[in-house]
Amino acid sequence: MGMTMTQKILAAHAGLDRVVPGQLIRAKLDMVLGNDITSPVAIKEFDKAGFHSVFDQRRISLVMDHFAPNKDIKAAEQCKISREFAKKMGIVNYFDVGEMGIEHALLPEKGLVCAGELIIGADSHTCTYGALGAFSTGVGSTDMAAGMATGEAWFKVPAAIKFNLTGTLSEWVSGKDVILHIIGMIGVDGALYKSMEFCGDGLKSLSMDDRLCMANMAIEAGAKNGIFAVDERTLAYMKERVDRPYTVYEADEDAEYEQVFDIDLSSIKPTVAFPHLPENTRTIDEVGDVSIDQVVIGSCTNGRLEDMETAAKILKGRHVAKGVRAIVIPATQKVYMESMKRGYLEIFIEAGCAVSTPTCGPCLGGHMGILAAGERAVTTTNRNFVGRMGHVDSEVYLASPAVAAASAVTGKISGPAEIMK
Amino acid sequence: MKAHGFVHKYGDNVDTDVIIPARYLNTSDYKELASHCMEDIDKDFIHKVRPGDIIVAENNFGCGSSREHAPIAIKASGVSCVIAKTFARIFYRNAINIGLAILECPEAAERIADGDEVDIDFDSGVITNVTKNETYTAQPFPDFIKEIISQNGLLNSIKKK
Repeated sequence: MGMTMTQKILAAHAGLDRVVPGQLIRAKLDMVLGNDITSPVAIKEFDKAGFHSVFDQRRISLVMDHFAPNKDIKAAEQCKISREFAKKMGIVNYFDVGEMGIEHALLPEKGLVCAGELIIGADSHTCTYGALGAFSTGVGSTDMAAGMATGEAWFKVPAAIKFNLTGTLSEWVSGKDVILHIIGMIGVDGALYKSMEFCGDGLKSLSMDDRLCMANMAIEAGAKNGIFAVDERTLAYMKERVDRPYTVYEADEDAEYEQVFDIDLSSIKPTVAFPHLPENTRTIDEVGDVSIDQVVIGSCTNGRLEDMETAAKILKGRHVAKGVRAIVIPATQKVYMESMKRGYLEIFIEAGCAVSTPTCGPCLGGHMGILAAGERAVTTTNRNFVGRMGHVDSEVYLASPAVAAASAVTGKISGPAEIMK
Repeated sequence: MKAHGFVHKYGDNVDTDVIIPARYLNTSDYKELASHCMEDIDKDFIHKVRPGDIIVAENNFGCGSSREHAPIAIKASGVSCVIAKTFARIFYRNAINIGLAILECPEAAERIADGDEVDIDFDSGVITNVTKNETYTAQPFPDFIKEIISQNGLLNSIKKK
């Protein structure tokens, strides 16, 4: 029996010819990531265990993105712990305010992760880098600490689910709608402990930003990782950013999948996840009349340049509805700068949006747009759990940048086609 | 290794945002985290929980964020074990790595009610419901996990090597 892409990457990093689902392995790590929330816990463990150096100063990334720029004194202390540790250990890839972006937008952009690599990050959305054909997965702070010290981690080899994509996306439909559709179909534990492998002719219709968004939300189906077959678009993306050698792995023809889903991309409609789980999806024509108080366009899921472009197309010459607060957060400094050069920021500000420096901020109810009791938000983020963006009696509706921007204009959940007639 | 306590029962998809809301993640102080444990799903939890108590839930316990603050808050609140039908994978990993015992046991999750008194023997995987006079069996930990737990966490286990 052959191996999946994920199994091949794990086998190669464990120094084994082959691995099978359920097998426990120790594997070498190409990158270990942490942020301002998870790194301080890892550093505490690292120190407590008596380690004095990291395994490789270039293979650790610390990104101050969640509560940065520091939202309060405690957050400032957390960043300070990370900053001092990075300095003491000589960590090269430490990104602070002014340079940082949201980690899962920043690392691919900087070429710090690429095809065939094995990455762990103390953040659940670390699965994002699967878009490049890497194995990457979220872990906790203790795994991060052990990874920083030894350059290794233990894994249980996952079984896999294959998503065979065909067709092309319709206008105003994006990777976000595809992944919400899939989570709606298989549920928030539909891929529990497993890999989600995306392949097929339909990949041609998915931009790198679409793929990064889809791999990002694999965790919302409970998956260990999401991974995309590497094609010419992936290679072109990496050519611009990565200057070290890398390996492209392909799944064997006889690789074993527990389930196979065929998805015709042309059948996907704009999709919204209703509170309080990402699996509570409805297509835009099933949404009904839902008035909103806030819109957030940003996050590690949808804060990339194409997301800004889509939002700008819809908001150009229009205005945010009275009574709605719209917050746009480009995910990295580069996305911010490019949005400025292309005139998107001007469009957003003229439309009545607040535009912020990169931060995870509102996505996890941290800062920069917290909801009061009874308020509703349409957001391009990834989770809509109880209290996720603020008060336990507030509501979060997950959607694409196109739906979020259209909703900002109408003041209720709306499809882009409705206002772009 | 054994545990004994009274049960706090929850349903499906108890996520890390309700176990420890992100608004409290600006600290990594264990006691402070424990003082907000389960706050957004059960405001009374921190007033009711007693050392040794056990959390029992249904499917996909601990889904969402990778925050280790979630199992840390549960452990620091005095809980000795979490039993569920299934766990989200990062939570599962984190719990083991910090030394919070967790067991997957659909039968126990089905039968045990809020407030039941429960005994657990981790070596055999036998869960005894003292209140209902029933027993259920979970898979005991495999050896490599026993090694991590017996050395009081992942970091101690790698330090010894």
